[in-house]
Amino acid sequence: MKKLDNTVLARRANQIKEELRQKLRKPYKQVIDLYWGDPHAAGVKPLSFVRQVLAACLYPDLVNSNTLPVDVRQRAQRLLGECAGGSVGSYTATAGIPEIVHRISEFITKRDGGAPSDPENIYISPGSQWALRNILKVLVNSQASPRTGVLTPGPEEQGWELHVEELHRALDSAKGLCNPVALYVINPGNPAGYVQSRKTMQEVIRFASEKRLFLLADEVYQECVHGEKSEFLSYKRVLSEMGPPLSDTVELASFHSASKGFMGECGLRGGYVELIALDLMTDPPQPGDPSYPLYSEETQHIKTMMVHNVKRVFEVLNSLPGFSCKPMEGGGFAFPRLHLPPKAIQKAKEMEMEPDLFYCMRLLEEAGVLVKPGMENGPKEGTHHIRFCIMNPEDTMEEMLSRLSSFHTQFMKDFS
Amino acid sequence: MSSLQEGDLDLRGTRAPSRLQAARGTEESAQGAEKPFQEVMDVSTGDPHRAGMKPVSFVRQVLAACVYPKLLDEKSLPLDARQRANTLLGVCSGRSVGSYCATAYGIPYVCKSVTEFIMRRDGGVSSNPEDIVISSGSTKTLLIVLHLMASGEGETPTGVLTPMPCPHTLPTLLNMAGLTLVPYQLLEDQGWAVELDELHRALRTTRGHCSPRAIYISNPGNPTGHVQDRKSIEEVIRFAATEGLVLLADEVYQDSVYGQGTESLSYKRVLFEMGKEYSKKVELVSFHSLSSACMGECGLRGAYMEAVNLDPVVMKYLRDAQAPSSPPVLPQLALEVMVNPPTPEDPSYKTYSQEILHSMTTLSQNAQRACEFLNDLSGIKCQPARGGVFLFPRLHLPPQMVEEAKMLGVEADVLYCQRLLEEEGVRLGAGCENGQVDPNFHIR
Repeated sequence: MKKLDNTVLARRANQIKEELRQKLRKPYKQVIDLYWGDPHAAGVKPLSFVRQVLAACLYPDLVNSNTLPVDVRQRAQRLLGECAGGSVGSYTATAGIPEIVHRISEFITKRDGGAPSDPENIYISPGSQWALRNILKVLVNSQASPRTGVLTPGPEEQGWELHVEELHRALDSAKGLCNPVALYVINPGNPAGYVQSRKTMQEVIRFASEKRLFLLADEVYQECVHGEKSEFLSYKRVLSEMGPPLSDTVELASFHSASKGFMGECGLRGGYVELIALDLMTDPPQPGDPSYPLYSEETQHIKTMMVHNVKRVFEVLNSLPGFSCKPMEGGGFAFPRLHLPPKAIQKAKEMEMEPDLFYCMRLLEEAGVLVKPGMENGPKEGTHHIRFCIMNPEDTMEEMLSRLSSFHTQFMKDFS
Repeated sequence: MSSLQEGDLDLRGTRAPSRLQAARGTEESAQGAEKPFQEVMDVSTGDPHRAGMKPVSFVRQVLAACVYPKLLDEKSLPLDARQRANTLLGVCSGRSVGSYCATAYGIPYVCKSVTEFIMRRDGGVSSNPEDIVISSGSTKTLLIVLHLMASGEGETPTGVLTPMPCPHTLPTLLNMAGLTLVPYQLLEDQGWAVELDELHRALRTTRGHCSPRAIYISNPGNPTGHVQDRKSIEEVIRFAATEGLVLLADEVYQDSVYGQGTESLSYKRVLFEMGKEYSKKVELVSFHSLSSACMGECGLRGAYMEAVNLDPVVMKYLRDAQAPSSPPVLPQLALEVMVNPPTPEDPSYKTYSQEILHSMTTLSQNAQRACEFLNDLSGIKCQPARGGVFLFPRLHLPPQMVEEAKMLGVEADVLYCQRLLEEEGVRLGAGCENGQVDPNFHIR
């Protein structure tokens, strides 16, 4: 049974939310919860086109009414035509509706500058965690001794870059302890918002090939690239462009999801709903479609919001002594480092907590802000971090930064 | 060499014609390949919408408004649907179905609605929201419990008493969870009834080779259509109590009891009406889902279980089993509507009750007609069904066919189904998937 180290934080947050509901007095009116990457919970609006199409698929009478734009109705009609019995309530084929799988494959080919994608290699699942879990089931031999290992990233220091030397070191450390079969990378990074360069990715691919590791590329944040000089390249593309023999031999599974990026549809999982969300994500309205102006406005708004949030977080945190924050190029989170005074670390020890958890508990109690302690993401020993979601409305971000600043200044004073 | 060769692969080949083959049949036919049919009819799974049944309007109207809240002001949707959507959006984070569900076990408001439904159904027997866990489909929900049973130490593997025939997905699930299937035969000649002696016999077979911890039963029966009376349910409960087995009651078709004079009783209700000696002791987990006959929302993936008398530590584990993930939101809202439908004073009641009546009538008439028709054919014998969405007739196949199947390396009922698919474009399920072995060939 896996125990979450910070259940105490989650429990206290729920308690406080309940106390606030019951109008108990606190120095804040509501908790700002940036723990998970959950934009809608934070107040970001869903994309209208997506929701309109989904609504029409759920209640097909809307297809014939004038309530919804024409392209919405046409898209819903097409999608319903691909569902058995014309209903999203029937069972889907194991790998997903063939037509949608085809369109996803086309999206991938286009994204990757023409590198071909085969629909037979695409599987749709209720959320990326499910798919990842199942691939791991296939890779892991539960009877084996020593146990199967998967190389997993912990955020690095130097600009969060992935250094191949570190991969070698990790692999060496496994000798005798476990048998590594796979290498998991996440790009853009979670929690550290680094976007890998082509050079880095080529090194990773060569490493995976040399050591015969199955490459698991988690690319769910591929839509979230806000760094001006950053460009998202998929592992598939880089691998394909490296040509044979690597492109024919390296085993690669890449993951994408409707939970992240503009869609932010974390709760929409399962069955046709998932398929429809993926279809809309990979085949959005185009210029000329009636829904395009609104769609483009809404996605632009989200992009602007992210760029703004990233800038503000960087500015504010780096102006606070005790915080250092690297520039975020992509992904949905900020992962600033805390430089805690020794007295605070001592206090945390007395309370039998990791120092970053201690910081987060205090932040929650006194300022009503919920963020994740960095210890869960496994950074280097002796370093402390917090992680929080940056996919929020600008005023929420501002409010959070304001509360965090006041709290932090006081905290540093208290433990000086 | 591929890393995949290192892994545990349980490659169980699908024996019956796959959905892919069925789809290919339709495709080939559409492309003008010479076939005596235009389109494949797939009735092998319990999938009403695939077969052409319509969803419940109220459910879809509420879901549409939840997904696209501008519809809350849309006059063409009934007022009560819009009000319900508004209420349900209120229990979603950020008033959006796109946000994560706040708990790993289900939206508390939905859990509460489920308990209210259970109490109404069971004539007042109490139900506690803390005993409810919601997940994405009954397969997932059942797996959570099955995985739990396979955990822990022991020399012999955990066994689950399983009815033969059983739902066709169950043998795979048990295998996935690392559990041993301990078969108990249902009595075909008595309409697939459960027999106490047979339960005892099955239990005796486990001695020395597995450790029985649970008994699974589906009521109404999948695929048999048998509905247990109170006496039968009590027998099973007493058996579980005496032998210290956890009772897993799959009741997804509880809304489709159509047999004349047949009463629909839940295991929970019967248990509690047996008095404290049983009601405080027997560990019972009951399952229900959106795949029910009248809802038919198999693709929406939503189900719940109610677990009573489990150790609090175990219950906590069940509630945390999906952490750090959480069940999807939209199906939970559909579940809420399923357990809390329009009442007579509501504007949508008329349409709602008509649609339910239509579903039930269709089921009942189909069951009767199909059973009569099949019994008129030589070589097929069908027990009458009283509930559920399947019929499970027995095939009396000519010896040459059985021989041919043996030579081709398939079960005879699989061969029958393959031929039927190729020649008539009808896809049925082969009885061997439900655990029925040679020479008892069946189709589903």
